[in-house]
Amino acid sequence: MHDNSSSPQPEKWVGKSMRRVEDVRHLTGRGLFVDDIERPWILYAAFARSSFGAARIKEVTVEEALKVPGVETVITSSDLGGIPGLEPLLERPEFVPVTMPLLVGETIRHAGEPVAMVLASSPHAAEDGAEAVSIEYEPLEPVVSLDAALAEGTRAVHEGMNDNVLLDVIDPDDPELEKILEQAPVVVDATFDSGRQSAAPMEMRACLAEWDAREDTLILHTSTQVPYVVRTAISDVLGLPQQRVRVVAPDVGGGFGQKCVVGREEVLVSIAAQRMGRPVKWTEDRQENLTAAFHGREQRYEARAAFDEEGRLLALRTDIVCDVGAYSCYPFTCGVEPLMAAAEMPGPYRLPRYWSRARAVTTNKVPMAPYRGVSRPQFTFVMERLMQKAAKQIGMDAVEIRRRNVITADEFPYESPTGIVYDPGSYLESLEKCAEVMDASGWERKREDARSEGRLVGLGFCCFAERTGYGTRAFALRKMAITPGGDNARLRMDPSGHVIVSVGTCGHGQGHQTTLAQIAADQLGINPDRITVRQGDTESTPYGWGTFASRSAVIGGGATKKAAVMLAERVKEVASHLLEAAPGDLSIEDGKVFVNGSPDRFVSVAKVARAVHVEPHLLPEGELGTLDATAGFDPPGTFSNATHGAVVEIDPETGAVRIDRYVVVEDCGVVINPMIVEGQVRGGVAQGIASALYEQLIYNDEGQLVTSTLMDYLIPTTMEIPPIEIFHLETPCEFSETGAKGMGEGGTIGAPGAIANAVADALSHLGIEVDRLPITPDRLRAAIKESRAHGGVRL
Amino acid sequence: MKDTHPIEITVNGRVHEIEVESRRTLADVLRHDLGYTGTHLGCEHGICGACTVLLDGLPVRSCLLFGVQADECEVETVEGLESDGRLNPLQEAFSAHHGLQCGFCTPGFLMLATGFLRENLDPTEEEVREAVSSNLCRCTGYQGIIEAVLDAAGKGGERTETAADETAASETSRNQEESVSVEDVSLSGAGEANQ
Amino acid sequence: MKPAAFEYRKASTVEEAVEQLTQLGDDAKLLAGGQSLVAMMNFRLVRPSALVDVKGILDLQYVEANGEGLKIGALTPHRWIETMEDPGVLEGFSVLKSAARWVGHYPIRTLGTFGGSIAHADPSAEWCMLATLLDAEMVVVGPGGERMIPASDFFQGFFTTALEPDEMIIEVRFPEPAPYAALQEFARRAGDYGIVAAAVALDLQGGECRSARVVLGGVSDVPLRIPEAEQVLEGADIGQEVFKEAGQEAAKVIDPPSDVQGTAEYRRDLAATLIQRALTEAVAKVKEAADAR
Repeated sequence: MHDNSSSPQPEKWVGKSMRRVEDVRHLTGRGLFVDDIERPWILYAAFARSSFGAARIKEVTVEEALKVPGVETVITSSDLGGIPGLEPLLERPEFVPVTMPLLVGETIRHAGEPVAMVLASSPHAAEDGAEAVSIEYEPLEPVVSLDAALAEGTRAVHEGMNDNVLLDVIDPDDPELEKILEQAPVVVDATFDSGRQSAAPMEMRACLAEWDAREDTLILHTSTQVPYVVRTAISDVLGLPQQRVRVVAPDVGGGFGQKCVVGREEVLVSIAAQRMGRPVKWTEDRQENLTAAFHGREQRYEARAAFDEEGRLLALRTDIVCDVGAYSCYPFTCGVEPLMAAAEMPGPYRLPRYWSRARAVTTNKVPMAPYRGVSRPQFTFVMERLMQKAAKQIGMDAVEIRRRNVITADEFPYESPTGIVYDPGSYLESLEKCAEVMDASGWERKREDARSEGRLVGLGFCCFAERTGYGTRAFALRKMAITPGGDNARLRMDPSGHVIVSVGTCGHGQGHQTTLAQIAADQLGINPDRITVRQGDTESTPYGWGTFASRSAVIGGGATKKAAVMLAERVKEVASHLLEAAPGDLSIEDGKVFVNGSPDRFVSVAKVARAVHVEPHLLPEGELGTLDATAGFDPPGTFSNATHGAVVEIDPETGAVRIDRYVVVEDCGVVINPMIVEGQVRGGVAQGIASALYEQLIYNDEGQLVTSTLMDYLIPTTMEIPPIEIFHLETPCEFSETGAKGMGEGGTIGAPGAIANAVADALSHLGIEVDRLPITPDRLRAAIKESRAHGGVRL
Repeated sequence: MKDTHPIEITVNGRVHEIEVESRRTLADVLRHDLGYTGTHLGCEHGICGACTVLLDGLPVRSCLLFGVQADECEVETVEGLESDGRLNPLQEAFSAHHGLQCGFCTPGFLMLATGFLRENLDPTEEEVREAVSSNLCRCTGYQGIIEAVLDAAGKGGERTETAADETAASETSRNQEESVSVEDVSLSGAGEANQ
Repeated sequence: MKPAAFEYRKASTVEEAVEQLTQLGDDAKLLAGGQSLVAMMNFRLVRPSALVDVKGILDLQYVEANGEGLKIGALTPHRWIETMEDPGVLEGFSVLKSAARWVGHYPIRTLGTFGGSIAHADPSAEWCMLATLLDAEMVVVGPGGERMIPASDFFQGFFTTALEPDEMIIEVRFPEPAPYAALQEFARRAGDYGIVAAAVALDLQGGECRSARVVLGGVSDVPLRIPEAEQVLEGADIGQEVFKEAGQEAAKVIDPPSDVQGTAEYRRDLAATLIQRALTEAVAKVKEAADAR
């Protein structure tokens, strides 16, 4: 529980915008990403990948590839013998397990699947070799859309199945819901779609495997968010005990979820290194990253919501289908999107009755993995559009309808219809603040004035709850065979009084080396520059789940704080001998242990550390020579919240949407480092704007990805992302050690709903419903034309 | 037979004489033949700009240029920005304004901005925004980057040009060890909105 | 995304370049700024057997006002055009400077060359459109000597030109000044090739249009002149009404492609809008010129 009395030290560093420890190495070119690592005798891997979306492989011929200068060997499925693929599991009857083969030998299920791995003396030669691998295909009819996949009589993507549904869960069920919907005074009913996207981290995936013959150990450097999960997968597939697999994540150039799952390439280079006895490196290129690395976000919601005349939400019915592509991702499975959507859809709103069906549908496309926000950007967009539609139907103001529905202070702990308990947040307060900042009450007039000049401007709001810090209890409800949960931190003080914090979380841009040091520094009473945070190495960090789902500040930070408190106690215990005072009478500040009330009676922390390690003769017999503490933390989960507000202007001739203002009022509890929090918000909003307006992965009817370059997959630039104004509210978390709540995904979650509502507001007089993401200029222009010609239209 | 050529290339003032295969891009040569791994590859088709370096003083995509073309050229990379263990004003500004998160795109933005600030000593925000739109960042939402470039320009674009001589004099410079303990002004949204 | 192997040669004169092209055969290509070519090679979409690097022929870097017209050396970087200040050039050809900001991004403009862009012949490229708009002539050198190819003959299709494999562009000549010309384009993201682009040039006398040129990019396999739109403008009193009509006329006669960036209908709409906006910008220059005087 967070309260100040549990903090033995006043917080001096937490709450400060400290500069990041990580910055200097990245600003000077001294960072280390996987592709920066070279080794003697290294081999470079390249993959021959399927050009078909669906096919049977008749023959794979490697003779020509082996003749290519520099090519050492070529590995195909038949060379892998009995090595299994990746088969992640949900332990629930509604789930159909499928295996992702490491290299495809029989059935191609998406364009870009690896068929052969070429090892060569340079990346160039490896690519020459991959080009020379000849694959003979017998094409199959590709299944490329949700409609096709669900249609009667469509070919099953996985042989032996009768349909293409890998997961179908009705939860919660509510037999009376239909009746409520029939009788409700106000019902809104719509279908919503969101486009397929890639997390597209700037550093693409990369891995370097080495076989350490001296230790009989595999060492894998990989650009991952989850080193221990990768270790589990590799040791399972290779049949090695886990202690003989070491996984290291050096600097990781962004992940956003794409790297919190295990790629088959990581397993394949490991196999190759073990077999060849030579280091093997694979560096994904951008085209591979778009055509073969995990995607996400392609979803459809058929939603009906009932309201009373006062605008109060009475009931919600949603049928959620997620296009999960060809396979389940390891370890989360294809359930990650549909189960998240079903469980958390009600969001910040009081919802009395709820029925939900969630399905994972397989298609001949790249498999889905979690991508920042995981379904929440989509269902938040759906909920916020439903609110807006209901407000319009009732003739109510956009802020007022939300005001009447958000969970308020007197309702916490609030339990949702799916059984999730909400800790206190500031749903109403953030809405009011955002409405005030955006001058919502004066908006209608501004909009009408603009319209009279022929301009289309709109204001949109988006309220959401962002569940973070999922511990074991939260994840166990998913029923994954591999269930993430708590995490551990180990703090060791060296003889100079400096501290190494080792954690199982694995930051990749979030600045954990800075924020965890801030947390530890407060408890230890030393300057953060005496604290080094180590992460991302299964050999030197405690067991842990890595960094995803906005878990690290809460869980890694909580474990760090607990261990720091323990270490501080230990420091006081030793100091008590040197100061001849009771440990309970001591406190640590500015690197010194003081006797309370006697500012001149102190011993430096460095002296304590020195005494323990190299001057044990100063201490009583039996004092062992270490300053070491380990703690674990496994919280129940906590909700951050925010309201986003956006003002847009639409060019009616080109259909372009320009964002004129963007405001975030957010509450993530105690802020550890405001600069970093704001950076997460802004970066998240940029990705949310990309979801709303720019990025979409599009497959053609043949199952080919036609947006396979950054010329077609439109990651926005400075010209598309506006300045983002941020306001903070602070409702400390009662369940986290630090009072902090996770907040890595909120920006991404709120932006699509805010922008869609702003666009809809700008077009409200034209009867255009904005129910599909991304909102592209061609569709917007067509809708405006269509509406002028014939009236209302769904965009 | 590999088509190789001897080249003489100067990187951050150091002359290298090497034999390169003609199909290796300047980025490949810098990273893998010469070990300047601060230059990163994010797309290899000229969109993301992570590989931006200065070639004879001008920002270029090192993925769209073969190493052999840089024969007898001067190349500047991120490794050349600091001197004597001190960050130059631009690097300082990136840290102060949180213009980087994962760090992968950072060297490209730094070199782009270095070239830009040499040509524009006193750019407007709009000019910075447009110039910086050349490169992609997936983490920051760009605001910190734009503020950092404007801030560095305000502290004298010239100084970034000859970082080696002048950074030491810069009051804002801090060495690496100090940087962790330095408290900086947060760019609070509330503040901006009130302005 | 590593290119296939090729043989690299460097030429320090035009003669040397042409000689090497002749020697190396049809699969050899010239390498100028390389800003499109190298990207395509990295994708292995093109795989020349050899590249002849002409970037070092520095005497092909110039922008020269020549009496009425303008000569641009083939290896002049885009950035030179973007930053040119010579009033003698700007008076008649400010459209080149203002269009330069649409050419890729800043680091692309430092290496990319004017002639390279013309030879690449992307139908929505700014220089290709302006060459068509302003009746430019390409000065080309081959084994048989020098010849001139007018823009109307030069652009033959997507990335296809009248250049022989052993020929090289050395200069682009714009015969007449075009003070009232403008280029407008629309892309979803800054710096990208326009989905549609429109370039216009007007010859005005008072409020009347004596003659007009209208060219569209992104709607066909070459930069496309739209005589139907030009006819609407010729002899008309200039103003938004006639600009709109010219745009609508163009939208009617073109047959643009559909792709992920937009449908054919969307491109028609964009063509109409961008023509109207380009005409508005061109006429604004008349006022600017008058104010300047």
